[in-house]
Amino acid sequence: MTTAVAPTGAAPPATTGPSKTGAKRKGIRSPYPSWFYIPAAVLFIVFFAVPTFASFYFSLTRWTLFDVQFIGFDNFVQFFQEPQLVQGFINTFIYGFTTSAAKVILGLALALLLTGPILGRGYLRAVVFFPVLVSTVGIGLTFKALLDPFHGMVNGVLGFFHLPEPGWYTDPNLALLTVAGVDVWKGVGIATLIFMAGIVAIPHEYFEAARMDGAGAWSVFRNITLPLVRPATATVIILSLIGGLREFAMIWAMTKGGPGFTSDVIASVIYKQYQAGFFGLSTAGNVILFLVVTAVMVPVSWFLNRREAEL
Amino acid sequence: MKSSPTRRVLLAGAGIVALAMPLAACSGGGGSSDGKVEISYLTQSDDSNTNQAKALIAAFEKANPDITVKLETQPGGTEGDNLMKTKLSTDSMNDVFHYNSGSLLQALNPDQTLVDLSDEDWVDGLTDDFKAVVSTDNGLYGAPWGTSFAGAVLYNKKVYEQLGLTVPTTWDEFIANSEKIKSDGDGVAPILQSYGDTWTSQLFVLGDFANVSKVNPDWAEQYTANDPEAKYVNEPAFAGFAHGAEVFEKGLLNEDFASMTNAQAMGALATGAGAQYPMLSATISQVQQDYPDNVNDIGVFALPADDAADTAITMWQPNGIYIAKSTEGDKLAAAKKFVAFANSDEGCQVQNEGGSIAGPYVTSACTLPDDVPDLVDDIQAYFDADATGSALEFLSPIKGPNLENITVAVGSGITTAEDGAAQYDEDVKKQAQQLGLSGW
Amino acid sequence: MTVTETLTTADARSLRRRPREDRRPMTARRWARKYLVGIIAIIVSVVVFLVPFVFVFLQSAKTSQEAGLVQFSLPSEWQFWPNLIEVLQKNDYQVLWAFLWTTVITVFSCAIMVVFAAMVGYVLQRKRTRLNPYINFMVLAALIVPPAVVPTIWVLQGVGLFKTIPGMILIEATFGLAFCVLLFRAFVGTIPRELDEAAIIDGAGPMRLFFSVVLPLLKPVIVTVIVVQAVFVFSDFQNPLYFLPGNDYPTVQLGLYNFQSQTVSQFNLLFMYILLTTIPPLIMYIFFNRQIVAGMTSGAVKG
Repeated sequence: MTTAVAPTGAAPPATTGPSKTGAKRKGIRSPYPSWFYIPAAVLFIVFFAVPTFASFYFSLTRWTLFDVQFIGFDNFVQFFQEPQLVQGFINTFIYGFTTSAAKVILGLALALLLTGPILGRGYLRAVVFFPVLVSTVGIGLTFKALLDPFHGMVNGVLGFFHLPEPGWYTDPNLALLTVAGVDVWKGVGIATLIFMAGIVAIPHEYFEAARMDGAGAWSVFRNITLPLVRPATATVIILSLIGGLREFAMIWAMTKGGPGFTSDVIASVIYKQYQAGFFGLSTAGNVILFLVVTAVMVPVSWFLNRREAEL
Repeated sequence: MKSSPTRRVLLAGAGIVALAMPLAACSGGGGSSDGKVEISYLTQSDDSNTNQAKALIAAFEKANPDITVKLETQPGGTEGDNLMKTKLSTDSMNDVFHYNSGSLLQALNPDQTLVDLSDEDWVDGLTDDFKAVVSTDNGLYGAPWGTSFAGAVLYNKKVYEQLGLTVPTTWDEFIANSEKIKSDGDGVAPILQSYGDTWTSQLFVLGDFANVSKVNPDWAEQYTANDPEAKYVNEPAFAGFAHGAEVFEKGLLNEDFASMTNAQAMGALATGAGAQYPMLSATISQVQQDYPDNVNDIGVFALPADDAADTAITMWQPNGIYIAKSTEGDKLAAAKKFVAFANSDEGCQVQNEGGSIAGPYVTSACTLPDDVPDLVDDIQAYFDADATGSALEFLSPIKGPNLENITVAVGSGITTAEDGAAQYDEDVKKQAQQLGLSGW
Repeated sequence: MTVTETLTTADARSLRRRPREDRRPMTARRWARKYLVGIIAIIVSVVVFLVPFVFVFLQSAKTSQEAGLVQFSLPSEWQFWPNLIEVLQKNDYQVLWAFLWTTVITVFSCAIMVVFAAMVGYVLQRKRTRLNPYINFMVLAALIVPPAVVPTIWVLQGVGLFKTIPGMILIEATFGLAFCVLLFRAFVGTIPRELDEAAIIDGAGPMRLFFSVVLPLLKPVIVTVIVVQAVFVFSDFQNPLYFLPGNDYPTVQLGLYNFQSQTVSQFNLLFMYILLTTIPPLIMYIFFNRQIVAGMTSGAVKG
């Protein structure tokens, strides 16, 4: 009567492959009812799929919201003729990958720190999460003031130590990375939270077993923590990468794509078109953005999920 | 999961109440109750607009006890532009609303979405310039709210006095003045720029337009028709871009031009830390709020053209109040009364008390109060000398979405003036095609 | 690895009831880790995470003129209380109503999201059907594609929910589904199938299997999802702007626009508003922090 079967916790589930027992059960009704999909599917179809497909149609038109004129792929052609497009794409990738990498690395590091024995742990956990709660607009304004090249506090402190005082968001070469930095500041709390959830899901026994086997801290991390936290890692990578590639709010709040066009990303290009009332064109832009991000994410997601299944 | 049963019950109770409330509101709202007509008025949600609207509504309801007006607000700026279009196209616009005139109004497709008001009484009192910016070929759609204002160079009169400078009438004089301020001004910034708020970078180009019109009165028309002569890469329009680059190259800008905000710049101008600032005169209200004692230290002169004879001040037309076509019957009659009221004596009084008076009125119904900031007199002088012109957005529906980015790039030395002008000419193509203009 | 193999037959419940405490002796190295690293971490956290908040606080206590300078400095006159009162009273206490409505929207949309997404993530992970790749792709797509505003308004008008709180709740729930499904799918993968099979052997039907066995084991991820999505919905300003316009049901983020316009802005009130809208979520988070941590660590047998 081993009813209280002890799951091996976050151990790589050995049976994620097509279960033999599942096949045997074909005759019996599956314990995983398909109707579980229905509530979410209803919401999804009504409020998301239908409007999105409608808008795909509009991407083939010149749309002023008042009249619609079918123009085929002209919008797409025009979008690709956008003068700053190449720079926009490059910026998008830089922004997406740097913020994602930073969030993963910092998030994991912080999660490790905050799940270990450390003074003031409760306070630290709260503090790391604070920035997530503030509105992007507020953060944009605050950091614009703090990073002001002439009056800002950051440069004031740097100047005090006779360090160079860069033009954080006024230097064309630096602006994009500065915004990325602020974005990471704001978003690392969520990554940390997800990683923490993943780390505490690893049973103590693993660590104790490893210690009994004489493993050092780094070895524990590499061989136990890292592999077992994979679901969390995959999730954080996917979410932060998608978010980073699509990011617009922080860039808009801090630089509006400036100075000039040097921190423009595809999402802000699209927004500017939307603001100017080019609804068909901006919808076409969204379609292109969707295709680009999907083209990046599908291989990444497949790679991450495949690794997970292998374990 | 983690909530206790009591908490769950409380939550459920709150939920039921919350869900019931909108249903209750739904049944009660809109339409007339006890013989009163209710209309809704939409304006922007910032402080001054909201307060003015409340004052207007209070005065109107007092004069018309059988009509109630419900105030609704929404963000201004570019989010507001999209909201306006979205609401109109989904038939969810309020009965009456307050919005820009000129090309922004044209973008709302007024022929299809707004009520024609050309037969109203107050139309005769409007200036021709204003009539042009609230009309299409098929009708006139709005009454003015607020004064017109200038896009020109605001300057600190005290600094000018101290250095013995006179108001420049040519571009060379302007540069000479600026150089003098730089050398003798004791740290005062000759020309302020505030790219922390990117829209402010456009003034060198947009504020020059009256000068362009003086040189070529048909420029706006030719521009709309895609005439190859009327482009920003060519003179006379190129001057705007060239000037923006020149002041940067000659080092006449404030040190922190790249990050300074509009509010900071107005503060610097008011206190004399900066001498000249190409800006809309309407921002004097920031000074009225923050530096009330320095309001009259600020004067305004038109952005000079190369030739003194061509120097004219560029005027922005005030916003208008419009009625959505979805308003009908009793509500339409009430809405028309409301619009007429805005330009009546009491309406004008509300405008005088709350608004930022930064130029002359465009309707003979309203007169300026006595205590206007000094710079309004400066602007009036240009009207008396017949040296005014409307800004381009009121004469042509075309404005590219990237102008402010381009002017920031030009003004920061990232792009040359020639490249910037060429980029903008390309930029407007999209807008022109979107509007379905012929010739593009 | 031998130790871990034997653990698979150990008693789960006892492990859960007594989370093993770290009883190893306190060596110098571990003392350093706990205290020194802790102190450094605290100092760094203050500089990195708290200084910006100090800035917001200082701005909110200034006069409009000083706040317009947007500098990190002490206010010359302490205007905190007048500013606070002005912001609270603006537009008939709009900010308080905004809190109410935003909270209602957040609570209900999170509840819907969690339940629906857990169901989907669970079946998606457990049951291999031919539909799975398509569903996975749709989840991914839903994360990437931004909502189409005008067609969504048409849909809302069609079902009569435009400009209503229920409509807003459903919209927020829909837009958050993909994220939640992703998280649930990932974490359901960490629950071994043996557990399911054991429960089925014991006679559990599909509903009981899900609600009584699997869902409690998903506590850490449920807590994470609720926290993250609550924050997203609370700080969302684009969606209420278009789908819940007007002043009948103000939402928290839209109030920021009350203090900004092209010609004149009140930066002190703006920052006071930011402060006001950040403090309650902060307090909630601190208050629930213990629950959150407990929720995460008490999840089934996971130590």
